[in-house]
Amino acid sequence: MNDYMYTDQHEWVCVEGGVAIMGISIYAAEQLGDIVYVELPDIGASVSQGDEIAVVESVKAASEIYAPVSGVVIEINEALGEAPDTVNEDPRGEGWLLKLKMNKPADLEKLMDEAAYDSFIEDLG
Amino acid sequence: MHSDIKTTSGHRGLQQEEGLIFELAQPGVSGVDLPAPKGGPSRLGGLERSAPIGLPGLTEPETVRHYVRISQKNYSIDTGFYPLGSCTMKHNPRLNEKMARLPGFADVHPLQPAQTVQGALALIDTCAHWLKQLSGMAAVAMSPRAGAHGELCGLMAIRAAHDAKGEARKYVLVPDSAHGTNPATAAACGYEVKTIPSKANGRVDLQALLGSLDDDCAALMLTNPNTCGLFERNVLDIAEAVHGVGAYFYCDGANFNALVGKVRPGDLGVDAMHINLHKTFSTPHGGGGPGSGPVVLSEALAPFAPLPFVVQGTSGFDVTENEVDSPQAFGRLGAFHGQMGMFVRAVAYMMSHGADGLKQVAEDAVLSANYIKASLEDVMSVSYEGPCMHEVLFDDRFLQGSGVSTLDFAKALIDEGYHPMTVYFPLVVHGAMLIEPTETESKQSLDSFIKVMRALALAVKEEGAAARFAAAPQLTPRRRLDETQAARQPILRWRPQAEPAQAAE
Repeated sequence: MNDYMYTDQHEWVCVEGGVAIMGISIYAAEQLGDIVYVELPDIGASVSQGDEIAVVESVKAASEIYAPVSGVVIEINEALGEAPDTVNEDPRGEGWLLKLKMNKPADLEKLMDEAAYDSFIEDLG
Repeated sequence: MHSDIKTTSGHRGLQQEEGLIFELAQPGVSGVDLPAPKGGPSRLGGLERSAPIGLPGLTEPETVRHYVRISQKNYSIDTGFYPLGSCTMKHNPRLNEKMARLPGFADVHPLQPAQTVQGALALIDTCAHWLKQLSGMAAVAMSPRAGAHGELCGLMAIRAAHDAKGEARKYVLVPDSAHGTNPATAAACGYEVKTIPSKANGRVDLQALLGSLDDDCAALMLTNPNTCGLFERNVLDIAEAVHGVGAYFYCDGANFNALVGKVRPGDLGVDAMHINLHKTFSTPHGGGGPGSGPVVLSEALAPFAPLPFVVQGTSGFDVTENEVDSPQAFGRLGAFHGQMGMFVRAVAYMMSHGADGLKQVAEDAVLSANYIKASLEDVMSVSYEGPCMHEVLFDDRFLQGSGVSTLDFAKALIDEGYHPMTVYFPLVVHGAMLIEPTETESKQSLDSFIKVMRALALAVKEEGAAARFAAAPQLTPRRRLDETQAARQPILRWRPQAEPAQAAE
């Protein structure tokens, strides 16, 4: 699997063979607090980069999750329905949200790498 | 610590421990003595009940005590200061209650012939007149039952106006500091929601707004003063830009308490605004009574107002019920005219204050909020510099490094006998605490609250503060509830012990 890349909305994405797996960053999971519900899109849904694709609800607030790249939803993490806390426990692993079949690889150029994202969140204070 | 004392009964002095009514019930007990049915053939045609009905059995005094004890666990505006931001928890004057209980208002039925309820219709008309005068708007729909219902009414009128012009517009603009009901309303009306960011001064980013506007915009939904307690200074430019692309300007009137008698939304270019009678006009809410959210409408939207509405004819008042008489009305939001009991209370409030008194309401509400701001800004972190309107917004910068969170701070306030302020809203600042004192609190009452807040803010810096605040509240009938567990695995109904509880039913 390739490296993690990030949006300025705190989603991460990993690309392998034209399929992007995505979730929310450790920073986002910490900021949201205890996550109690995850609303995922239907398989087959088509999205453009930056479109709202999911909703993560914590005890504090409901937050929209945006598509880090354009594509078609091919798989969602069904296990989150019963165990939304997985997103808190392992946001970059077991707590992944969904997989997109990418149709616009150039989208990746707009994302940050690990180092750029780290300095981005540092600037947020 | 008295909180450590264990009692045999489970009661704690006058604080009565109380179970669920089903747990208190005894089989076969009833508060009503009915004679046993005397034989004879059944007339239920085979539909007789085959199992116990499952209602709790209690005597009448047990039932009365149960509900009285539960009611005593409520915290209400009649119990103490209730600084919940954006909710305008002001005193509900008892004069309003007396008026609402007059038989001519209390004992009427919405299906009575109009000529038998002329007084009630005149009161609805009077309430409508005051709302139009105070807002500077052409018309008002009285029927919405609450603020969010009013938003729905306003957006449906806007949608009807676009439809009438044959325009299918796509989106509604909503600032990021908006009440959550705004985007929800826009989405419920079939519009896409586009968010406009706030600037560092807590107000809408005008440039971003102008950049987002085009012919596909149906409406802007703006709260003014906004949820940061700040007046949107660019409101006239905003209105002009919105109208410039043929869109409508919806104002969320939840914070009208800061403007009533001072500023007329109609003069700001607003096309539709709900007015929460249960906030600005002192009718009870928060469990104390139903909401009521009349919507004032501009000339452009007036023809689309929903049915029914009261009209004054040559022979008195009447109710327009049919589309024949108002062909462009977008429909009907409910069976009848709206919350009659709330109209009576609101009119009592308007008339007892008068126009000059309502102006003072806004002035005193703003003064109270600024007094709290000035009294706490050296120990807490105010989010935005400069004077605020009717509510003051703090964030959690003053808690940084203490291990105490906004939630912990709010819980500690409960031990001091106060209902906490609004927390974690608006979302535009970190760990928000939004305090709205309203004009009905005396200086003494504000000073007592300030004293407590200062003490808590200073206690945050003490050794061991994190653990102490995390343990709050300690003096309540129940300690801190597990909000996460309650949201993840809600148990929404009682079941007999034999039957295992199912989560999230």
